Amino acid sequence: MFKILQKSFSIGTATASYPRVAPRLAEQFRGCPEFDFEAWSDARPAAEACPTGAIVLRDCEGLRKVTVDYGRCIFCGECEQASADGAVRITRKFELAASDRRDLVLTAEYALHLDGTHFALQSSTNGLSAEEPGKRIAEAIQSLLGRSLAIRQVDAGSCNGCEQEIVALNNPVHDIERFGIHFVASPRHADMLLVTGPVTRNMELALRKTWAATPDPKMVVAVGACGISGGIFGANYASLGGVDAVIPVDVYIPGCPPRPEALLHGILLALGQMRQHMGSSQIGTRARLQ
Amino acid sequence: MTTFFDELHERFPELVRSVEEVVLDQAVVVLSGPDVAEIVRHFLSEYHARIVSVFAEDRVKDEGVFYNYYVFDRPNDPSWVILKAPISEQSPSFPSLAAELPAINWQEREIQDWFGLEATGHPNPRRVALHDNWPDVHPLRKSFALETVLPPFEGDQHVYRPTYGEGVFQIPVGPVHAGIIEPGHFNFAVAGEPILYLQLRMFYTHKGTEKLFENISIHRAVFLAESISGDSAFSHGAAFCQAVERAAEIEVPARAKFLRTILLELERIANHVADVGAIANDVGFVIANAHAGRVRELVLGLNETLTGSRALRGMVAIGGVRRDWQTDQVEAITRTLVKVEREFWDLVAIIQSSDSTRDRLEHTGILRSEKALTLGIVGVAGRASGVDRDIRRDHPYEAYSQLPFNVPVYQAGDVRHRMQVRIDEVGESIQMIRAAVALLPEGPHRAPTQPIPPGRCAMSAVEGWRGEIVNWVRTGEDNRIERCKVKDPSINNWPAIVEAVEGNIVADFPVINKSFNLSYSGTDR
Repeated sequence: MFKILQKSFSIGTATASYPRVAPRLAEQFRGCPEFDFEAWSDARPAAEACPTGAIVLRDCEGLRKVTVDYGRCIFCGECEQASADGAVRITRKFELAASDRRDLVLTAEYALHLDGTHFALQSSTNGLSAEEPGKRIAEAIQSLLGRSLAIRQVDAGSCNGCEQEIVALNNPVHDIERFGIHFVASPRHADMLLVTGPVTRNMELALRKTWAATPDPKMVVAVGACGISGGIFGANYASLGGVDAVIPVDVYIPGCPPRPEALLHGILLALGQMRQHMGSSQIGTRARLQ
Repeated sequence: MTTFFDELHERFPELVRSVEEVVLDQAVVVLSGPDVAEIVRHFLSEYHARIVSVFAEDRVKDEGVFYNYYVFDRPNDPSWVILKAPISEQSPSFPSLAAELPAINWQEREIQDWFGLEATGHPNPRRVALHDNWPDVHPLRKSFALETVLPPFEGDQHVYRPTYGEGVFQIPVGPVHAGIIEPGHFNFAVAGEPILYLQLRMFYTHKGTEKLFENISIHRAVFLAESISGDSAFSHGAAFCQAVERAAEIEVPARAKFLRTILLELERIANHVADVGAIANDVGFVIANAHAGRVRELVLGLNETLTGSRALRGMVAIGGVRRDWQTDQVEAITRTLVKVEREFWDLVAIIQSSDSTRDRLEHTGILRSEKALTLGIVGVAGRASGVDRDIRRDHPYEAYSQLPFNVPVYQAGDVRHRMQVRIDEVGESIQMIRAAVALLPEGPHRAPTQPIPPGRCAMSAVEGWRGEIVNWVRTGEDNRIERCKVKDPSINNWPAIVEAVEGNIVADFPVINKSFNLSYSGTDR
C-alpha cells in the first residue's frame, strides 16, 4: 500500500492540459494535409496516391473539378509525397471535427491543359472548419456542464484502431473525466453515442436498436474516416459506409484514428451544439443539462 | 527437402501430382483431388506437423477449379509445407478434417460460407462467417461483385444450443458490450454463478476485407492491411508486405528490416503494457491500470516520433518503410526506453505486491496445455499454456535471426500466466530493440519501386503481439492482388476462451476475456 502511494506521489500530475494548453505533438506527427489550390499545377499524382479516394478529380468539357474530403482522409501523407509542386503540405492540425459533413469537403475548379495538367484556378471553396477552436469550446462547456455527460461507445464495425484512442481518453494523461464526461455501459444511460464504423450489414440492426434505446435529446458523434464515410472500406456487400447512412449524425471527427485530443475536441464541439439545441425550449425537461 | 517429397510421392502416388517450390522456405505439394485426409494424417503422425491455416481460392475462370490450401509447419524446421488440393466446380465439396483437427473448425466453415464449397462431414456445419439471416451468397467467388447490394436481411437469427435443468439459465450478452470494446455475441449457460458453457457468435464486424483486396491496387492494399486489426496495424501491414515481397522476389534492404523489427516490437510493448493494466483493472485494481495507461502513452508518443502516427500507421511499404529515421529519432528510442523500462517494472512491482489481485488471477480461466495443443492455440495464450511456439524464433523474418531473445513459456494456462508471458515479453522486447538500435545498419530504407509480376504466390507469417498472423497472396495484373488470405491469431484463439471459462464464475469472464484480448475485427475481417 505504501509503495502504491509513494509511486503516485512521485509521479505527480500526469494529466495534460488540453484544450487549455496545446498538446505536445511530435514534430513528425501527421495531421491534416493542406492544399494550396492556387499553386497546385497537377492534382493527378495525389489523387492516384490517395489510398481512400479522399482526393477525387472529375474532368468535364475542359474543366477539372478537384474534391478533397477530410472525411475520407487517413492522414497517410501520400498526397504530399506525390505532389512535386509542393502544393500539398502535411500540417500538424488535428482539431478537425465538424458538425456539417459538407464542411469537411473542399472543392476547386481548374481549366485543363491539353497534356492533362491544369491551370488557372476558376474557383475554390474552403469548407474547413469555421468551428470554434477547442479552447473556447472548453470554456463554454465548463460553464455549461459543471456536471456530466454520459457517452455510450458503439463499435459498428471498426478495425478497433479508434477504440484504442477512445480507451486512451480514460487514461490519466487525457483523463476525460476532468470534464465530467464518462463512458456508460448502457445506451439507456447515455446522452451521446460515439460511433465508429464502417457500419457493417451485421451491425446495422444493433446500431439502430442502440440509437432507439438512447433517450432524447441525444447526440451522435461519428468517429474516424470509416465512421464518417466508410473510409478505405467504403460501401460494399458487407458494409454500408459511414454512420450517417444508418442514423443521423451531429458531429464528425476525422482521423485514422483521431488522436485523443481530436476526439475530445469533437466531443466538446458536440456538447456546445447540444447547448444551442437545448436553447430555452427544452430547459427543464432535463434539469441536468439546463 | 527432396527426400521428403520423394517419400511423399512414393507413399501417395495417386494423390501427389507435383511439387512447386514457390520461394525458398515454402513448398507447395499439388494434389490430384480434394481428399487430403490421408496425407494430412501422415503429416501429423510422421512429422508431428501442425496445421497453421486452411483457406480456398476461386480459380474457376483460369483453371476450371477451386483450390483448398492447407498450410503446415514442422518442429525445428523453418520451412512451410502447403498442400494445394483442387476442387471441381461440378462437385463443390471437400472432406472436412475439423473432427480430427478442431483448430480449423471455423476456417473450414469460412470456406463453406465464402466460397460455397461444402465441408462434408463437418461436426458443426452451420454458418459462421455469414450470419444466418444472410441470403445464399458466396462473396469470395469471383462471380460475386464487391459492390453487390444485398436485400434487407430477413429470416431467422442464430439459434443457440438450449439449456435445460433446474436453476440453469442463459445470459445473452452483446453484440454491443458494456465497455469500449468490439462487438460480438456471447451466450452463457450458467448454473447459479458458474458458467456451464459459452457459445460465441462473431463476424459482426465483417466488412468484406478479403474481397476488397481483390479490387484495389497493391499500393492501396497496404493501407487496407493496416486496417484489419487497428491494434496490430504494423504487424498486419508488415505481414502483407512480406507476402508480396516474397511473391515478387523483392529484396528488402537491411536497414528497413531493422526499422520494421523495432516497430514490430514497439507495437508489442504498447499492447502488452495496456493488457497488463487492463487485466489488473478487471479485477478491481484500478491504480495499476492508470499507471499502465501512462506508460503506454510514452510508447505511443515514441511511435509518433518514429512514424508520424501513434498507431504506427502509414509507415510500412512494399520493399521497406516509407520514411527513414534521423539520428535524433533513433536517440528518442533509447531515451524513451529508459523511462518505459523503469516505469513498467515499477508497475509490475505494484501489481505483484497486491495479494488480492494475485488471488483473483491464479487458477482463473485455465486453458490446459493438451487442450491448447489440440485447439491450435497460438501466441501469448499458447505460450501461457505450455505451447512453445514463436514465429520470430521458429520461422525468422526481418532482423529477428540477428537478435538475441528468449521465448517465455509457462504451464498453468491461467490468467496469471497469460499476464506473466506479457510481462516477460515486454522485458525481452526492450532488450531486442536496444540490440537492434546498436546494430542498425546504414543504407536505404526502401527498395526501389518496381512493377509486381502477376501470377506469383507466397505466404508470410509474422508473430504479432497477439500471436501468428498469416498472409497468403496471389499477385494479379497491373500491380493488383488476385487473392489475399489473412489469418489473424484471434480466429485460432476464440475456442480457447470457450474452454477457459468453463466452471468459472460469470464475474470472472471479463478478466478471462481480457487475458486473451482477441481482435474481433481481425477475426471477422
